[in-house]
Amino acid sequence: MAIKTDAIGKEWPTTTYEVGKEKIREYATVVGLDNPVHFDREAAKAAGYRDVVAPPMFCVVYSAPALAPAMFDPEVGMNFATMVHGGQQFEWGEPACSGDEISTTAKCLQIFEKEGRDGKPNNGFYVFETVSLNQDGAEVVRGTWTNIVRGV
Amino acid sequence: MAELNAGDPIAELRVTPDKYTPHRYAGASGDFNPIHIDPEFAKAVGLPNTILHGLYMMGLVARTATEAAGGDPRSLKRLSVEFRGMGAPETEIAVTGTVKAVEDGRATIDVVAAQGDNETIKNAEAEVEL
Repeated sequence: MAIKTDAIGKEWPTTTYEVGKEKIREYATVVGLDNPVHFDREAAKAAGYRDVVAPPMFCVVYSAPALAPAMFDPEVGMNFATMVHGGQQFEWGEPACSGDEISTTAKCLQIFEKEGRDGKPNNGFYVFETVSLNQDGAEVVRGTWTNIVRGV
Repeated sequence: MAELNAGDPIAELRVTPDKYTPHRYAGASGDFNPIHIDPEFAKAVGLPNTILHGLYMMGLVARTATEAAGGDPRSLKRLSVEFRGMGAPETEIAVTGTVKAVEDGRATIDVVAAQGDNETIKNAEAEVEL
């Protein structure tokens, strides 16, 4: 059966997220960061940031909610039983700081099949993009999310 | 400013996530997929036990690349990874990398995250500003 590709190019509604100092602390602590720019307002300002700055990978906190409806969209039709998060890329622009309001829009970039190795069934590749802008319209991060569905 | 040259290894990171790291990462990130926090659910879907969030391990890769560039979070410009193996809590993760190229004030670093022989993140490439 050929993979459904109708959703290529589809965009989902924009979500917004306000970055908070304590949420940055929580994230930075879990991944073991100790740079005071993630915890202390004065240290962040001394380093040239508007306010406490989020670690780059904090971007998952504000961009993933925009992707959720894309993942579950029946028009995309991913089979979650055999799906894995295969790959991820982020490209960062303007830093995200406490107090920033970030808007993220998700889009389906590609859906395609690849032949399975050693006679296994084909795999489906579902590639989404999220673009996150801050309150000034500056791009904060661009994410490329690749999900692989085994045996389409 | 960090001094990086092509071919140099970067300082490695060794971290052992504890039993509850996936719970804390779930809270911090908002990803409460039960395969990361509920052992019974994880086993019911054929996993040996709860597994680490891939994006948590990517967070460790980002931390390692940022530290190699001197520690300013602004220095990390791009990071791409492939999730290849499942990561387990209570097992040491080693994040290692090598500088691939340095050009126009930017370094490209190849990075791997592994638990023993199990390479959980492969073909990771970080671009940092020096």
